[in-house]
Amino acid sequence: MANAYLFSIMATVAIFTLLALSLNIITGYAGQAMMGIAAFFGIGAYTAAILTTNGTPFLLALLAAMVVTGVFGALLGVISLRLQEDFLAITTIGINFVMAAVFNTLKITGGTLGLTTKKPEIFGVRMNNFHFFILTVIIVVIVCLLINKMRKSWFGMALASIENDPAAARSFGINVSKYQILAFIIGTALSGLAGGIYSHRMGFISATDFAFTVSIQVVSMCVIGGLGTIRGPIFGAILITSLPEILRFADNYRALVYSLLLVIMVRFMPGGLLGDDSPIWKLIVKGYRKFVPRKKTRADLIAEEAVSAGAAPGTQSVKQEGGLA
Amino acid sequence: MFEQQFMNALAIGSVYALTAMGATLIYGIMGILDIANAGAYLVGAYLGWYIYHATGNIALAFIGSAIAVGALGVLLQKTIYSPILAKQNTLSIIPLVAAVGLFTMSSDVIRLICGPYSKSYNFKTSADSIQIGPIVLIPAWILIFALTALCLLVLWFLLNRTKLGLAWRSTANDSEIAKVCGVDTNKSMALSYILGYGFAAIAGIMVGILYNSITPALGEVPSYKMLAIIVLGGLGNPVGTVIAGLLIGFVEVFVSAYTNLPIPKDAIAFVVLIIMLLIKPEGLMGQKNKM
Repeated sequence: MANAYLFSIMATVAIFTLLALSLNIITGYAGQAMMGIAAFFGIGAYTAAILTTNGTPFLLALLAAMVVTGVFGALLGVISLRLQEDFLAITTIGINFVMAAVFNTLKITGGTLGLTTKKPEIFGVRMNNFHFFILTVIIVVIVCLLINKMRKSWFGMALASIENDPAAARSFGINVSKYQILAFIIGTALSGLAGGIYSHRMGFISATDFAFTVSIQVVSMCVIGGLGTIRGPIFGAILITSLPEILRFADNYRALVYSLLLVIMVRFMPGGLLGDDSPIWKLIVKGYRKFVPRKKTRADLIAEEAVSAGAAPGTQSVKQEGGLA
Repeated sequence: MFEQQFMNALAIGSVYALTAMGATLIYGIMGILDIANAGAYLVGAYLGWYIYHATGNIALAFIGSAIAVGALGVLLQKTIYSPILAKQNTLSIIPLVAAVGLFTMSSDVIRLICGPYSKSYNFKTSADSIQIGPIVLIPAWILIFALTALCLLVLWFLLNRTKLGLAWRSTANDSEIAKVCGVDTNKSMALSYILGYGFAAIAGIMVGILYNSITPALGEVPSYKMLAIIVLGGLGNPVGTVIAGLLIGFVEVFVSAYTNLPIPKDAIAFVVLIIMLLIKPEGLMGQKNKM
């Protein structure tokens, strides 16, 4: 059935969108090098899978997965205070390898055999790919709204200042440690949520699902789309997840095309295809403005008033400068 | 038994040290975590295999492969890494992502050109093994020890006894000030890549001889283990890298020989690293953690 195939891809795309957005909070907004998101994705996936096989309702298990992953994320957040940039990047790579090895050996995670999960029920309906897709999209929309709100809040601005220059942020009295750890908790908790959905959507998980290559893929999504924006990771996740399906005809050259694309992207457009500096994004905004003019801000209105009152544009500032001198 | 494990650890540690040396030299100058160095290791091993099987001369394989891969390194530095670093406001993970892309590309190109199956070096020497007291030495090990020592000696001489080395050290110390003083920092960068990729190619051939099998996946394990080793050694510190490489070699061999840890051998390096970073974040012999 073509539809079932389409929905299975779309469900995967949605889950990876959520994962990319979670990484974006840590790397894009807080500016922390995180190369091991798959480890936390895995912690969430295994937590939820173990809970539901023991009879916990699906949604409750998802919540628990978020909490457990967030606790591990808080630990990493504390560690991140001691390690900057490259050291943190390597440590998170290391955490990814160690966690994959742990998943592969522990009895509770099924060892090399992995874990099988039952398809959960929500409101008495056994979930299929379509339901997983809808559920994840709802979560993604909520997360996007929250991120949008967060960016305009005190917390978001504090994060932006940390990303820009942690030392300067600290000198302004911003509690860098607190916000940095908080960013790690929120980001990893969301990745744990994505993991919980993933393990039930797949029906079977093993350590290879959470290998370092998965982390690289998620980083690529954010980088190709544009770090530090909401649209970037979403676009990147859709592109990278559906690319293997589109390139199916060239199966043998898939990894080559993918890596070539990645190198060309970071070489010529490190801000991402839809980042704030990207010419493509500027073109889109320009085209959009043609149809929908920008909403006038208060500053615009004041300027207009000044112009209509007879003052030539710019005179005010000239006067001010003269006054200062 | 113990002596045997010791020599085994020394051989593996030497290969680690030589592989990681390339990444250290590049990090010292460029500040890039160059995972693609493991790609150089892979390409070097394959190039060496072709040269060895065409000419039957192992020395030619080592030299030819090191030079060709070193040249490839400079090409990548000029066309990809330096332009990325020249851009303002790039996140620290961007060059790392580029390196990951290049590394994936290298193993895929090798798979497509040389086929997915393993190739054997079949390197033959006159004696199968040499007995010295209680230790049985495999000639390949002696080759590895000698070659690693030679490479490190050449490196030490280049860095400490030549003008080029002086320029390299000053660039590593502070590239801005070096530039102001008239040091050609581009030359130092190129030197890093020639030596770094060349050493990786040599290490690749050594591993090919040691295990008598090369596959397109050869670079996967070194790609990340190398990172653990260069951090342990204090990023960008050549002496620390040698010590850390040997240390990881020894820990791996002895832990898997004498204990029953539930983690795979290849994850040990990172366990050591994580513990180490939490106690002493600047590495074994590093400068202070950069802010």
